[in-house]
Amino acid sequence: MSGLALQNVVKEFGAFRAVNNVDLTVPHGTFVCMLGPSGCGKTTLLRMIAGLDLPTDGAIRLDGEDITRVPTHKRNLGMVFQSLALFPHLTVGENIAYPLRIRGKAKEEQKKRVDELLAMIHLSGYADRPVAKLSGGQRQRVAIARALSISPKLFLLDEPLSALDAKLREAMQVELRQLQQKLGITTIVVTHDQREAMTMADTVVVMNGGEIRQAASPIEIYRRPADSFVADFIGQTNLLDVQADSAGGAAVLGHVVPGLVLPAGASKGTLSVRPEDVHLTAPGAGALTGKVTFVRDLGGTIETFVDIAGRQIVAVSTPRERPEVTVGQEVGIALTPDVCVVLKK
Amino acid sequence: MRREPPQTPGDYAPLLFPAAMLTIFFVVPFGTMIAVSFFQRQQGGFYTPAFVFDNYARFLSAFFGGVLGFSLMLAITVAICCVVLALPFTYMLTRMSRKVQVVWLVALLSILSLSEVIIGFAWSTLFSRTAGITNILVALGIMAEAKALTPSFGAVLTGMVYQAFPYTVLVLFPALVRLDPTLTEAARTLGASPLKAFFTVVVPALRNTITATLIMVFIFALGSYLLPQLLGRPQHWTLSVLITDQAIYQSNMPFAAAMAVFLVLVTLGLVALTVIAGRKGEAA
Repeated sequence: MSGLALQNVVKEFGAFRAVNNVDLTVPHGTFVCMLGPSGCGKTTLLRMIAGLDLPTDGAIRLDGEDITRVPTHKRNLGMVFQSLALFPHLTVGENIAYPLRIRGKAKEEQKKRVDELLAMIHLSGYADRPVAKLSGGQRQRVAIARALSISPKLFLLDEPLSALDAKLREAMQVELRQLQQKLGITTIVVTHDQREAMTMADTVVVMNGGEIRQAASPIEIYRRPADSFVADFIGQTNLLDVQADSAGGAAVLGHVVPGLVLPAGASKGTLSVRPEDVHLTAPGAGALTGKVTFVRDLGGTIETFVDIAGRQIVAVSTPRERPEVTVGQEVGIALTPDVCVVLKK
Repeated sequence: MRREPPQTPGDYAPLLFPAAMLTIFFVVPFGTMIAVSFFQRQQGGFYTPAFVFDNYARFLSAFFGGVLGFSLMLAITVAICCVVLALPFTYMLTRMSRKVQVVWLVALLSILSLSEVIIGFAWSTLFSRTAGITNILVALGIMAEAKALTPSFGAVLTGMVYQAFPYTVLVLFPALVRLDPTLTEAARTLGASPLKAFFTVVVPALRNTITATLIMVFIFALGSYLLPQLLGRPQHWTLSVLITDQAIYQSNMPFAAAMAVFLVLVTLGLVALTVIAGRKGEAA
């Protein structure tokens, strides 16, 4: 099979299990983002794919070949570190040529490839500059070019954009995605920024506590989160308790939502409703009724916080559809079954 | 952080104390020594103020030139041996756990507490025929019979490297600890074996530190005068030994001072050359 496969990968540091039985298949040419809070094991997983850490158990396969114990320098990969790890004693060109020099390529070939890569990252003519003289974004690009100079089988990035300011980061996300699509290279990025993951990935892998909670396309992760952790971690959501009622329907906070059913056999569960799917109506017209406790007007969007029997629900609307609400006012909340996701416990 | 340059003469006040100490304990004695080096020697151990070049002229003979050459060669060899041994050692040490680091550093520091005399006699015992390490080799069947390894050049070199090694490690240690460990990891992901990564990334990135350490050990080794006498033959004696001999046993202060001044000048010249070569290498 072409691509990367992780089979029951386990990593233990002493008694602590950093990565627990991870199974993941990454088809060739896919852009994967591993997303999770700090300490969830995503960086450890990436380091095991790179060979910088050895798995305690399990296997890693690349294009069908078992590479679990292959030393890092024989894996033919490119990796961008969080600190970038550009070599301070080498110039931009020498940094990019380093993997070629190590592999004993001819000087002319090195120079040709460096020029190609510098053109690709829009830094033509920078070959002779010391890396210390570059800006943050330029250094970022040099690190990317250096990792790509041998056209590796795998392109790994560990929080590559976290050191950049917000604007530059967003621009680099788009640039990185376009570059990956142009080269068709299998890419794995570790990030804790869900916006970054949504922008770039074909597949988002959400991790927590050393386990994969869900691996799917960004839009599916957002629309159909597998569990309450994923629903809460990706974007903003309202998590509500839901109970089966005697008539076979389901009730949220004591109010029956017409058309909503729980999975067979379940008597209660958790419901995830995205704030933009919560519509405010006149009191009594919706399924639920509550009191507005706070309105946050951000210009582009308006967040309305509604208190229903002690539970807080956030509704997001745009100024155009803005219902005129003020703090303390009674409002109705419309819930339709198609926007409600019943989560596994 | 940028520091403000001193604005008023008062800002220089904190420098007064160290400046005074340096003048009293370094500049004045050194000046005296330079003056004495031009004095006229009297038979019987005295000298009279004068301004003659006799002492320098006497120094410019083949014998003293040879000793100077040997001293420099010995100091350079010691410096190179120390750095070649200490660099990989310190690199490994910085990658070990805190506990292991502390144990090693304490052991190295305890070597510094030993006097040169003790180090010298310890090594001369270890290198002796009757109680030396060759007896172990004989017991293991590697050697036919025990023999004395001292006095010899190798013994002098070993003793001096042993003495300078802790200093070398302590000077290299902070720089290696500060070195970003992801640099070597990056080199490995880019296709360099751990050994290649060490030589293509760690060593070049630390070039300035290595040069500074070489100079430090060189100067340290140049002043050594006990170990060459304890572990070497007369032809392994350094200029420092001759200076001591002239100053104390021959009571020829002016000549000893002239040799010391000359040694300082040659040393400064060599250090300057190294620094200039380092700058050129950086510009290229």
